[in-house]
Amino acid sequence: MTEALELLTTASLWASVLRIATPLIFGVLGALICERAGVLNLGIEGIMTMGAMVGWLTVYLGADLWTGLAMAAVAGAALGLLHALLTVPLGLSQHVSGLGITLFGSALAYYLYRLIVEVGQLPPTIARFPRLHIPVLSDLPFIGPVLFQQAAPTYLALAAVVGLAWVLARTPLGLALRMTGENPHAVEAQGLNPIALRIGAVMAGSALMALGGAFLTTVAFNSFFPEMVQGRGWICIALVVFASWRPGKALLGALLFAFFDAYQLRLQTVIDGVPYQLFLMAPYLLSILALVLVARRAEVPAALMAPWRRGER
Amino acid sequence: MRISPTRRTLLVGAAATLALPAYLRRAQAQGPVRVAAVHASPVENAWNSRIHLAMRAAADAGLITYDFSEGVSATDYPRAMRQFADAGAQLVWGEAYAVEREAREVAEDYPETAFLMGSSGGPQGDNFGVFGTRNHEAAYLAGMLAGAMSETGVFGSVGGYPIPEVNLLINAYRFGVLETKPDARFLNGFIGAWFDPARAKEAAIAQIDSGADVLFGERIGTADGAEERGVKAIGSLIDYTERYPGTVFANAIWHYDPTIAAIVADITAGNPVGRDYTEYSFMRHGGNAVIFSEDDVPAEAAAAMHARRAEIEAGDFEVPIDESEPA
Repeated sequence: MTEALELLTTASLWASVLRIATPLIFGVLGALICERAGVLNLGIEGIMTMGAMVGWLTVYLGADLWTGLAMAAVAGAALGLLHALLTVPLGLSQHVSGLGITLFGSALAYYLYRLIVEVGQLPPTIARFPRLHIPVLSDLPFIGPVLFQQAAPTYLALAAVVGLAWVLARTPLGLALRMTGENPHAVEAQGLNPIALRIGAVMAGSALMALGGAFLTTVAFNSFFPEMVQGRGWICIALVVFASWRPGKALLGALLFAFFDAYQLRLQTVIDGVPYQLFLMAPYLLSILALVLVARRAEVPAALMAPWRRGER
Repeated sequence: MRISPTRRTLLVGAAATLALPAYLRRAQAQGPVRVAAVHASPVENAWNSRIHLAMRAAADAGLITYDFSEGVSATDYPRAMRQFADAGAQLVWGEAYAVEREAREVAEDYPETAFLMGSSGGPQGDNFGVFGTRNHEAAYLAGMLAGAMSETGVFGSVGGYPIPEVNLLINAYRFGVLETKPDARFLNGFIGAWFDPARAKEAAIAQIDSGADVLFGERIGTADGAEERGVKAIGSLIDYTERYPGTVFANAIWHYDPTIAAIVADITAGNPVGRDYTEYSFMRHGGNAVIFSEDDVPAEAAAAMHARRAEIEAGDFEVPIDESEPA
């Protein structure tokens, strides 16, 4: 038992938390933008898979890592556009369209991968993002390895949290976006176009989701596997609720889930005699518990999943 | 000309028509055996890739013709099996783990077609053969090398799910370690997925933090953690050495070729194939092998390992099979 507690004081655990959290941060922010504008995006799992593939493939074909991330974001935005066109101007079921995008994105990613890449016994690799070494800061005890020895995309994710929080809370664009998710009629009364705002939000959100996928193939690992997203997208959908649709809490939720995951991987090595399934379940169970506790007070965007049609009351 | 058959010619003609399929089958049996494989995963996934490679080699050698479909989901699986059987495959290969009952029903409906399935159950009837994955002897030998290489005496392993074929592999690795390092301590983690390299890597790092300095990577991603922390790793099923030079020093390779040769011989000879083909994955049949780089391994450890391997191949030593879940 003391061993289990001692684990909490190791820098390695907390460094691992940030690594595991990074794709979730991208994903949950992406889902959050979509939902703040009133569109549920269940295409996330497929969009992340597509991002993982496109980000990897771009680098594999000779571009640099940042171009890879950019192309992943473009691919994500394209799938987002498809989802938005179906659900916003056409007003189709957001659930059905989203799940369709997930199936389509996952399959398309694998199809393109198979078409373009020659795979032998082991999938080909790329040179991944290195861990940064910042003079002085990286050498600090404890804080150094946790905060200042991560790969660059992790800092991009953290910056995205700050950026999105600022845009949503402090800019006219953010206000318009939030209002689109609460009361699109009011947005139109202001002379803005709710349809354009929603499409833009879904595209931007999907681009972020795709970056989360690309993290898996350009930082965490250096090859693509079709099933490698492994439900991370669904976790993000739940984390948005946990976060009450706020970027700061979204970061907290992603970190919390990642903490449970990193901790259980270490507990498996320390504690004997407990079925491993319990450890694997822990992050999900505890997230559900947190969800129950927090979500009761959540402020759901009023127009979430309500299609808006011009002139309709 | 007017055709006026007698009763006798009619009878002879009818008998000949009825016998025609059997006759054709015999005529066809002279050529390569027509094999169709239904892969539940993409064929580049580690386990399937071993079978895919061996099938293609057998096809190149003229032993079989090879058709396959891949990424077939469990709900679609019996349909794919039937389609290949209808299309005239003599042997339908597959993996029955998720579709045990359905696969066996299909086999009952096609008594003339041979089936060979990776399965947790036993063979059935005359035409449903099964096989298990056995590269445990190679894992044992790799474990012997690992025991001689560790400085901390702590040995890790990362697996997908604790199914018997994974458990016996990790346990065999441990038995091998214990032969050269009797006071070894073992860590293990399951990631609850077959393909989540990011998580396998984190599980590996967690074990390295707990002192492990040789890791058995049942799942891809394990060696990435070892590489990042500068410790050693062992690969399973395929050869990971080129991908992780200096990190992966040994691999427990699985060869599926002997299994294919065995069932093709049975089919050609007209023997029933409803039996267990697992034995053809054993080392005495060339079904698994340890690949390692001599430069990375202490010479005396390699010598001891070679001696043990000779005993296994000769049948003088049996690597224990322990399917219980490693702690």
